[in-house]
Amino acid sequence: MSVIVTDTGFQPDDWTGGYVSPEDLPPDDAPPSPLAVALPSDAHPEALAGQLDRIAMIRVDFPGPADGRGFTIARRLRLMGFRGRLRAGGHVIADQYAMACRAGFDEVEIPDALAARQPEDQWLFRANWRDHDYQARLRLDPDATTPYTQR
Amino acid sequence: MSRQFTPKVVTANALIEGDVIYLTADDRWTRHHHEAELIEDHAHAQLRLLFAERQKSTVVGAYLADARRGRDGPEPVHFRETFRAVGPSNYPHGKQAGLIDVQI
Amino acid sequence: MYRYDDFDAAFIRARNAQFRAQVERRIDGSLTEDEFKPLRLMNGLYLQLHAYMLRVAIPYGTLNGARMRQLAYIAERWDKGYGHFTTRQNIQFNWPKLRDVPDMLDALAEVEMHAIQTSGNTIRNVTADHFAGAAADEIEDPRPVAELLRQWSTDHPEFQFLPRKFKIAVTGSPNDRAVTKAHDIGLRMVRDAAGAPGFEVIVGGGLGRTPMIGKVIRDFLPKADLLPYVEAIVSVYNLLGRRDNKYKARIKITVHEHGAEKIRALVEERFAQLRPQFSGVDQARLAGIEAHFAPPDFVSGPTDAYATERDTNPAFRSWSDTNLAPHRNPDYAIATISLKAHGGTPGDATAEQMRVMADLAERYAHDELRISHEQNVVLPHVHKSDLPAVYAALAKAGLATANIGLISDIIACPGMDYCALATARSIPVAQEIATRFGELRTEHDIGPLKIKISGCINACGHHHVGHIGILGLDRAGVENYQITLGGDGTETAAIGERAGPGFAYDEITPAIERLITGYLDLRSGPEETFIETYRRLGAAPFKAALYPESTRRNAA
Repeated sequence: MSVIVTDTGFQPDDWTGGYVSPEDLPPDDAPPSPLAVALPSDAHPEALAGQLDRIAMIRVDFPGPADGRGFTIARRLRLMGFRGRLRAGGHVIADQYAMACRAGFDEVEIPDALAARQPEDQWLFRANWRDHDYQARLRLDPDATTPYTQR
Repeated sequence: MSRQFTPKVVTANALIEGDVIYLTADDRWTRHHHEAELIEDHAHAQLRLLFAERQKSTVVGAYLADARRGRDGPEPVHFRETFRAVGPSNYPHGKQAGLIDVQI
Repeated sequence: MYRYDDFDAAFIRARNAQFRAQVERRIDGSLTEDEFKPLRLMNGLYLQLHAYMLRVAIPYGTLNGARMRQLAYIAERWDKGYGHFTTRQNIQFNWPKLRDVPDMLDALAEVEMHAIQTSGNTIRNVTADHFAGAAADEIEDPRPVAELLRQWSTDHPEFQFLPRKFKIAVTGSPNDRAVTKAHDIGLRMVRDAAGAPGFEVIVGGGLGRTPMIGKVIRDFLPKADLLPYVEAIVSVYNLLGRRDNKYKARIKITVHEHGAEKIRALVEERFAQLRPQFSGVDQARLAGIEAHFAPPDFVSGPTDAYATERDTNPAFRSWSDTNLAPHRNPDYAIATISLKAHGGTPGDATAEQMRVMADLAERYAHDELRISHEQNVVLPHVHKSDLPAVYAALAKAGLATANIGLISDIIACPGMDYCALATARSIPVAQEIATRFGELRTEHDIGPLKIKISGCINACGHHHVGHIGILGLDRAGVENYQITLGGDGTETAAIGERAGPGFAYDEITPAIERLITGYLDLRSGPEETFIETYRRLGAAPFKAALYPESTRRNAA
């Protein structure tokens, strides 16, 4: 089982629809249904170009806490215009929560054992990820209301 | 038995101080190489390494280092282990400050 | 010099609080060592051979008296009374305890310093020409841009877990004192046809196991495009760089395997996507940063005292011959303080010496100090009339060694005496060579010569770009030293060529002596430097000097 982490803390996983891989996306003329795509950490997000509007959720895999490809993948997906739910899943540690959010993720999915070792308070410690962000300072228009990661 | 086993000691760094430490036969960690347990067979070496690796809140990076029997206990074989046992050669800031009778 | 604003100060406070909590969570088991290690590394904390080591950033090598004095305080309070200046303009403390490190970081924050991203697979401390803002040959001071890069790379959410470390160097001069061609990204300031300053962008240089000279992927990048362009490079690398083999993970291998053309195309494509993200807010910040680097109020006054002292004090004359460089203001000089006393540890300074240097900076050098990648300290702005007083104070503190650019001004990594990665010692080799040539009193006759020593293939001692490079290896459990010849770390960068079989620990200094004797015989005159003679004659006569026995055997 997994735990979902957001700025409000731990929640159970409410996504029950399963995922498809980018190669298994149904054809464009298939009947619409909420699509969720699982991307491995070596995926090239460009593979989803032109498809993003019909994808409700993308889960990017983090095989280990030293593999930072998922952060660039997330940022590229946002820059390509993805507005759906973006999840970092796997071996992400509490110390990476702020990076994940700043890169464009909405939530982090971690296994129960990791949630037990790094309990909710360690994640909530970085729920202030909008603060102290050099990137925001270097590119955010002072009048803009959305963080640079979402634009 | 297959090939001859080079005797070993279990060594690591202490998590808090960072010091070089060695596992003793009575399950303590010592700062002194000559107090380490000299392990003379492969199976026992693996067991002792596992024992060391389980102590995650005390030690970091446990491994088996070649050693040989010396006058006062185990001595390092490789020059890297000699430096770890003694300290740097440019200042007397390492263990050499408190050691006597060590060949650099 | 850049001063933190409220944002910078609050950032450092928050970051230090995070690290303090991370240390506690490592100790209570919330974090495994595998999880903690990248976190401590991105805060500058290594676990070395004998102890932890804290590497503190000195961004683009610039500091002032108060900061230097605080480094002295830290050395005494939590370490063993000294610090080691490195080839990347950092300072290392070799003996901290894990529980003390958060306090050390807080002490650094008091003087607007930190240890962030001095290690780990992140964008490291940005280095720059150590003569920046003072050099006579400069287009523009590169430090404002380096500071902008520091802010941009600090805690960048995409780039904290790259395939491997990532080093950026900037120079504002055509004469490259920042080794830009041996960096992951080198930025060399140039002017376009209209005279506007921008950058030549060099990618994929690096030393280590596979030394490479970087390739130019943009001849001219306007200054305003810098952040999106650099972000594009690192972003392309983050997905393309290899993660299966640590020795093939640097961008130099990515560039080598995919080709500079492909990398350029990917970067340009990504740049087009990122450029609109930077609306100019970064340029407004840059303008604000530039104000911090306004030149000091140079004093005009007679410089006779300097000329008089040169005429009457031979020791001062000798020091001023080697340790001074031309300043853009003719009444001033750039004074380099050698941390290479013969027989000392290259790059080390005691707390007491740090305080002396801090005092001198405040009194005579517009409160500025620089750390060079050659592991020396620089007083960048000294009025010539003050040089005799500066020299006298340095001499009293054991800091007046007159050897900048000479054979005893050796770069050496910490090597096996401290480093967990080393395969052989470096420091004692440097000590012995410097001591020997100090005794011979020939180094001024030998002239400009760069010896660089690394204690392992990772090449922190830059041996590949030494005129004479020395690489310490472990050959069947014994230290062995390989010599390379003809390397160059400047704008005419070249990787040195291996001379032949290695030498045992006690053979290396005699080998260097043979090489130097050979050079003195070969040179066309005292004006021809070692590297010039090498370039004129090639490696063969130098190899003959180095290996006389094999030459005799071949002749027989």
